[in-house]
This record gives sequence, C-alpha cells and structure tokens, in this order.
Amino acid sequence: MVADSGMVSVSAHGERSRSFRRRGPRALQGWTSGDALFRKVCTAFGLAIVALLALLLYELARGSSLSLSRFGFGFAFEKVWDPVAEKFGAATFIYGTMVTSVIALLVAVPLGVGIAIFLVEMAPPAVGNIIGFLVELLAAIPSIVYGLWGLFVLAPLVRDHVAPFLHATLGFLPFFSGESHGVGMLTAGLVLSIMVLPFIAAVSRDVLAAVPQPLREGSLALGATKWETIWGVVLPYGRTGIGGSVILALGRALGETMAVTMVIGNTPQIVLSLFEPGYTMSSVIANEYSEASGPLYLSSLTELGLLLFIATFAVNGTARALIWRMAHGPGGRA
Amino acid sequence: MHPMEQSSPRASTYLAEGAAHGEAASKTSADHAGNALSPGGPSPKMRARNLTVRYGPIVAVTDVSLDVPARQVLALIGPSGCGKSTFLRSLNRMNDTVPGAVVSGDVELDGQSICGTEIDPVLVRKRVGMVFQRASPFPTSIFENVAYTVRVAAHRGQRDVADRVEHALRQAELWNEVKDRLKESGTSLSGGQQQRLCIARALAVEPEVLLMDEPTSALDPIATAKIEELVSELRKGLTIVIVTHSMQQAARISHRTGFFNMGSLIEVGDTTTMFTRPREHQTEDYISGRFG
Ligand SMILES: Nc1ncnc2c1ncn2[C@@H]1O[C@H](COP(=O)(O)OP(=O)(O)OP(=O)(O)O)[C@@H](O)[C@H]1O
Ligand SMILES: [Mg+2]
Repeated sequence: MVADSGMVSVSAHGERSRSFRRRGPRALQGWTSGDALFRKVCTAFGLAIVALLALLLYELARGSSLSLSRFGFGFAFEKVWDPVAEKFGAATFIYGTMVTSVIALLVAVPLGVGIAIFLVEMAPPAVGNIIGFLVELLAAIPSIVYGLWGLFVLAPLVRDHVAPFLHATLGFLPFFSGESHGVGMLTAGLVLSIMVLPFIAAVSRDVLAAVPQPLREGSLALGATKWETIWGVVLPYGRTGIGGSVILALGRALGETMAVTMVIGNTPQIVLSLFEPGYTMSSVIANEYSEASGPLYLSSLTELGLLLFIATFAVNGTARALIWRMAHGPGGRA
Repeated sequence: MHPMEQSSPRASTYLAEGAAHGEAASKTSADHAGNALSPGGPSPKMRARNLTVRYGPIVAVTDVSLDVPARQVLALIGPSGCGKSTFLRSLNRMNDTVPGAVVSGDVELDGQSICGTEIDPVLVRKRVGMVFQRASPFPTSIFENVAYTVRVAAHRGQRDVADRVEHALRQAELWNEVKDRLKESGTSLSGGQQQRLCIARALAVEPEVLLMDEPTSALDPIATAKIEELVSELRKGLTIVIVTHSMQQAARISHRTGFFNMGSLIEVGDTTTMFTRPREHQTEDYISGRFG
C-alpha cells in the first residue's frame, strides 16, 4: 500500500516537472530535482518496508525448508516434540497458542467493548479522558512486567480462588476439571486478556465516537432508552470496526511471548483442562532457539516462526481491512 | 433555499395555494388577546409556560408561552437561529440529551407537567415523537428500522411485529415503494423515502404528538409534496408541530402558525390571520421577505 501510493505520486510528479521544464528556458530545476530526490528517497524507504517483509518471509521459508520437506503438512498435526529422537510436531504449541488467545478474547472483548461504551456514551468528558488515557497506558507496560505480575500475583490468585470457584460452579465442563497449580493456560489467557484489553478498548472507543450523533438522537427521540439505543443502533453501526479491534487484539495475543512464557508452565501437551500447563508457539521458540542442536531442530523452530508470522500477518491484515472499511463506508455494512 | 421563497410576494399570496382550512380559519378574534387558545375552545394537547432554554451563556429560548392545540398542525416559523428547534426539542425532553442545556419554565402534556425530575423522558418521548431535518435511517434494513421502534414501543399487547411495521409504512405512504425491498438497507433509499422511513419509524411508536423539525428542507418539491400530503393525512389523528422555513408550507398545511425571533415567540395565531393581518410589525416584515 505504502509502495503503491508512493509510486503513483512519483510518476505524477514526473509528468508535472517535465511539462514545467518545457514551458520556459529559465529553469527552476534546482527545486524540482531536489524535490524529486526527496521523493525518491522517501519512496525507497517505503519500498524498503515491503522488501523487509518479503525478505523476512523468504528467510523464514528458507530456514524451515528442511523441516518442511521432512514433515510436510503433518508438522502442524503431529503432537510429539522430541529433540532427542528428532521428531518434531507443532500441534501442542498451536493448541496452546489458540487456547490462550481464545481465553484472552473471551475475557477482553466484553470488558474492552464495555469500557469503550462507558467512555463514549456515559462518562463525563473529563472522566472519559482520564480513563481513556489509563487504558492506553496499559498498552505501554513492558510485557516482562505483565509476566512478573502474572507469576507473583495472578497465578496464586487463580490457584487459590479463581480455579476453585470455576471448578465448583462449572466443574462439569472438561475445561475446569482437576485443580490448578497457578501457572497454566488459564493464567496465561488471563494475563493476555489484560494485555490486549487496551487495543480493544481504544479502537472500539474511536469506532463508537465515530457513530453519527443523529443516529443516537433519532433513536432516543423514539422513546428508546439509552441502553436500547446503544444495543440497537450504536453497536450495530460500529460492529465492523469493533470486529476489527478484536482481530487486532487476536493478532497481538497470538504473538505475545514473554509474559505467556512466564506463566503458562511450558509443557507441550493437549489437554482440555485450562488449569493444566501448556506451551505456545512463541514460547517454545524463545525457550529453545538458543540451545537448538542440529539443523532439523533449528529448522522446525523456524517453521513454527513461519506459521506464526503467516497467522499474525493474516489476522492483522483482516483487522486493518475491517477498521478501514468501517472508517470509509457508511455503517460498515456488507 | 426554496426558489419560491425568493419571490417575496405579498403575504396574502401564500394563502392562495394553501387552500384555507375553513374551520381553523374561522374568526377567533380572542386569539389576539394572547398566545393561549380562545377560552371555551378545546383544551390544548401541549402547553409551554414561560419556557426558557439556555446553552451555557447562550439563551436560545426566552420566556415562551405557547399552546399546542390537539389534532391540529402548528407551524413554527422564524429566521435561522431564533430558537425554533430548541423550543421543539424541549417539548419532548430532547434537550436533556444536550450537555449544558438548561430548561426552566414548564411544559405540559394533557395538563400534566413533563419537566419534573420525577418524569421519565423516555416515556414522554414515546408519547411525543420527533422527526429531524436530516433523515438518519439506522444502519439496518428498511424492515428493521421500523421493527426496532415497534420493539421499543411494545406497549400495546402482542400484535405481530410485521403487521405493525407494515401499518406504519402504509401510514407513512412508503409501503408501496418498499414492500419488495424490505431487506435492503435503509440508507439505500432516496432522501425523500428516507425521511418517510423516519416518519414511519416515529409513527410505529404510536405517538400522540409528532414534532417535525424542518422535515422537508433537504427534499425536492415532489418529495416535499408527498410529506405535506402525509402531514395533512396524519393530522386527523395526531397533533403535529412542524418547524419550517417555507412560508408556503406553513400556509398549506398548518392551522396555526407561531413566529419566533431571537428566542422569543413574537406572535401566534390562525395561519390565515398570520399571513393576512399579522399583529406585529416584525411578523409582517418577516413573512413579506423584508427581514434583515
Ligand atoms: N447544542 C447547542 N449548544 C450551544 N448552543 C446551541 C446549541 N443548539 C443551538 N444552540 C444555539 O441556540 C440558538 C437557537 O438555535 P436553534 O437550533 O434552536 O435555532 P433554529 O431556530 O432552529 O435555527 P434554524 O432555523 O437554523 O434551524 C442558536 O443561537 C444556536 O447557536
Ligand atoms: Mg433548527
């Protein structure tokens, strides 16, 4: 996209400067050539991003070629990860990544959208600004801090209170069977949910703030309550943009490494109980990359990186497209 | 700007096209005594008493007392910024939604005050509906636009939603144009159709009073004529207050007309009287197009 627009304007400018030169002998060439140079440099920067991404993709693909040719598609479905026997499968890590991300979204979406509704529809402007600022601040906290907090505060809390409560009330579900030792997929998902909350809240807030006032007034004037107006008019109008914010958050949750690594327990297994430890794609890369012995081991880790790259790229692309459509199309309808 | 308005004809010519409303135009000379309806006449549907509305330091409406007669059309005219919309919005508590708006004085609906803190504005708005200048269909289908209000209203038993949607669309003279495309988006309609959709939406609540704030100012003459026809039809069962910048429109569809200037109600009376023998100089100047 960046490259596209850059190239278009360069050629447009090219036309313009040529016709300019034709007009008179007293050339103002110093200006145009300087401008053109500036443009070329900027375009180069823009193109560099694309090149960088392409290179990254290429390197990841090259690095994982050994694993790709050895395991093929089966890599994603194989559960065993045994460096000693040189058997590598990504299924447990994919499972861990998906489960923690889903937990994060299940918690963060209602919370984030609720915060956005509060900020836009209810809070007095001063309060809204302060809380909005605090929410955005959450996004700036380094993930190692979240990890420490998750390990020392949240994990004991989950072990002593959250997990027993869930087990007592929803224990008939396989997700809440057994008991928690603190670290595990549930704790990781909860830490993630707080980390992605600012994305959902901030983007949803902007989306809701963009809902035209006449729509709200039109609904209120019919005798609808504030709640009916929000639920029946404001949220439907903003649903595409809110969907975008959720997917943006998903992209972030998929790739988050440090905090998750600290609280998930790093055990490659596929179990339904969320109290159990697990392992994610990014965590295993972070933990094992430095000690990966042998080309196949390294290649398998690189392939995990490739999968993660493709997944987050696709997810973020979708999110951007949704938010863009929301901003540029009325109501963001299909 | 309506081209018609620029011709600034003598005031009485407005009435030439608005075939006079016999009953309404009858000589109620008592009107000249004040803004209240003539004693002995039907009691007003709504009544504003010493209504003042401020937006922070701006006083938008100053001490207005005005009766809204039942099952008639009251037109409000006046130059831009004189407080017509603000007055209209205080008749169904819509000024509550504007941060910083302060309303003093009183508004009554059927003799009961609607202004107290103990009054639920939501219930007021269910009885006093409103249509705005710019049609703003909800971002849903045509059907859903009206069904939404049917569900919001939901105060009269369990009649089928689809039936009530159809009824409201028929009332708004829109049914024949949209009955085959109910699933399409409300914003896919033309401007005039959107406005009628908004009217249908307001009617689906089955209000007793309908406030219309320049409902035709964004529409072409044909769409305008449709809405005016609709108003003439609706006034049989409904009390209507309509703000308009078109004096022809006021003359065509209203029984009574009120003239606002700089936040004050200058004069109100039978539309015929207003356009032929206005009491106030300002009124005459305004309706004959001699206004600064
Ligand atoms: N939300 C608001 N905040 C502050 N001032 C307002 C607000 N709405 C209206 N006003 C002011 O109140 C005054 C009356 O406005 P109002 O909209 O009632 O005029 P109007 O007669 O409806 O004008 P028009 O014919 O242009 O629609 C104006 O001076 C306007 O600037
Ligand atoms: Mg107005």
